[in-house]
Amino acid sequence: MTGEGWGRPLVRLLRHRGALVGTVVILLVLAAALLAPVLAPYDPARVPADLAARSLRSPGREHWLGTDLLGRDLLSRILYGARVSLLVGFAVALLTAALGATVGLLAGFYAGTIDVVFMRVTDAVMAFPTLVLAIAAVAVLDRPGLLAIILVLTVVQWTTIARLVRGQALALREREFVSAAYALGGRDLRILARHLLPNCLAPLLVSTTFGVASNILAEAGLSFLGLGVQPPAVSWGSLLAEGAVYLTVKPWLVIFPGLAITLTVLGCNLTGDGFRDLLEPRLTR
Amino acid sequence: MGLFPFAVRRALQLVPVLLGLTLIVFALQAVALGDPVRAAMGQRGDPEAIARIRADYGLDAPLWVQYGQYLGRLLRGDLGRSFRQQVPVADLIAERLPATLRLALAAMGLAALLGVAAGVAAAVGHGRLLDAAIMTVALLGISTPVFWLGMMLVLLFAVTLGWFPISGYGEGDWRHLILPAFTLGALHVGYIARMTRSSLLEVLGEDYLRTARAKGLHESVVLLKHGLRNASLPILTLVGIGVGDVLVGAPLTETVFAWPGLGRLLVAAAANRDLPVVLGATLLFALIYVVANFLVDCCYVLADPRLRFAGGRR
Repeated sequence: MTGEGWGRPLVRLLRHRGALVGTVVILLVLAAALLAPVLAPYDPARVPADLAARSLRSPGREHWLGTDLLGRDLLSRILYGARVSLLVGFAVALLTAALGATVGLLAGFYAGTIDVVFMRVTDAVMAFPTLVLAIAAVAVLDRPGLLAIILVLTVVQWTTIARLVRGQALALREREFVSAAYALGGRDLRILARHLLPNCLAPLLVSTTFGVASNILAEAGLSFLGLGVQPPAVSWGSLLAEGAVYLTVKPWLVIFPGLAITLTVLGCNLTGDGFRDLLEPRLTR
Repeated sequence: MGLFPFAVRRALQLVPVLLGLTLIVFALQAVALGDPVRAAMGQRGDPEAIARIRADYGLDAPLWVQYGQYLGRLLRGDLGRSFRQQVPVADLIAERLPATLRLALAAMGLAALLGVAAGVAAAVGHGRLLDAAIMTVALLGISTPVFWLGMMLVLLFAVTLGWFPISGYGEGDWRHLILPAFTLGALHVGYIARMTRSSLLEVLGEDYLRTARAKGLHESVVLLKHGLRNASLPILTLVGIGVGDVLVGAPLTETVFAWPGLGRLLVAAAANRDLPVVLGATLLFALIYVVANFLVDCCYVLADPRLRFAGGRR
């Protein structure tokens, strides 16, 4: 990749139908989240003065996706909810990539005791179903804020990338270019940063893209259970939790936020599939 | 190496993992409870009385000694007492565990059955419309939040069509099991279908399959006996990993369907900050996961005797 730069892979990515659709979906959702203050027809948190007339309205011309019990416009709330859901999704993905890659590179490169210790820690964290450990951590922290939720999800999600990068690093450290770098007087840190890390970037990128999807789902799950973001903040998961009460009578309160999550996660998965097809053709059939 | 020595060796490898996960739960407990005596007696509690109680309960001991005592209590099956209900956590878990296991097994069974069937169909129709359709549905299954899918199924099959009950355990009636099991397994149908398709496509080009066809065997025998059996290892891996995914989905699915299992116990305890229950249930979820993976590893050896010499998967 470094030899041909990023131009050609980008063109190939755009020619991959799934990846193109996925990328467009993600960009549209990102744009909607960023432009929420411009696009949202109503204030997402303000309870209207004519509450009785606006409460639980069906989708219509005035409120395209209907309103909730407090008369708040669902479309506006979904647009603002996208900000929290995407922020958590991308922030946790970046942090898990950084943490997982660091642990994986060090474990794979130095092997021996460091590897054993890091991998036993990884094994122990991986033994917990991620959402279960996240629920326990959130309960311990007692209704944490958004930043704490991001950190909790990072702590429970980093292990997959650590394992992946460790495997790559273990294989790469035996390669000739690493020996050559040593022979030229390269130091560990430089070899790790200049030679090993760039060669782990492709699987890291694929895994991180899928990670955004699973982080969005994890945040939605936590918020749906009432353990994620707390009011007045909204995320797609908390909108689903609010709407679930009215599932049988006002189903749109559940249908639209769920569609927003599914569409975004689908976009991430399509893009991840595309990255994998292009960057790791061995794994594609 | 026979199955038994393999199982023993694999079980011994679990010891550090089990120690690690108890250490994590112990650390969470230490962070959560801080100093329970001061919490109970308040900031103005008599310092001497506090010191005496701390000594009586071993709370003045170094952390590693406390961890040892914690392990001792775990080995005796003592997970502490619920703050809210004032009953042993182990009793609460024992009461809820069967419902979760029943749901998880039904979900995995359903996922394996539907996933393998869809994967085989997609591989056979490789490159055709059916393949594309099945793979699109599989991708949608992976991308849909499990709890939202559950609610949509309730809306369609319980509220609109009235085929199944909306929620609840129904004293073990199978009709109550279908929607939650499908919800919990759906994510995995997608994964298993994708994996079955790709592993089957890989073996379909092998020489021994050409030989089997040349011998005049029926295509279904070629596909299922020779093809699927040799493609089964990655699928089995996925079923093993799937146990973990099913457990991830359990708190959500049980909440949607008011299913009286361990997941719902965990969620309710987390909402009430009943920490002994939260930590006990968390530990048990991890134990189920570890044991399930151990059993899957043993299944590998049964499925592929070559692994007895290689020492199992990975």
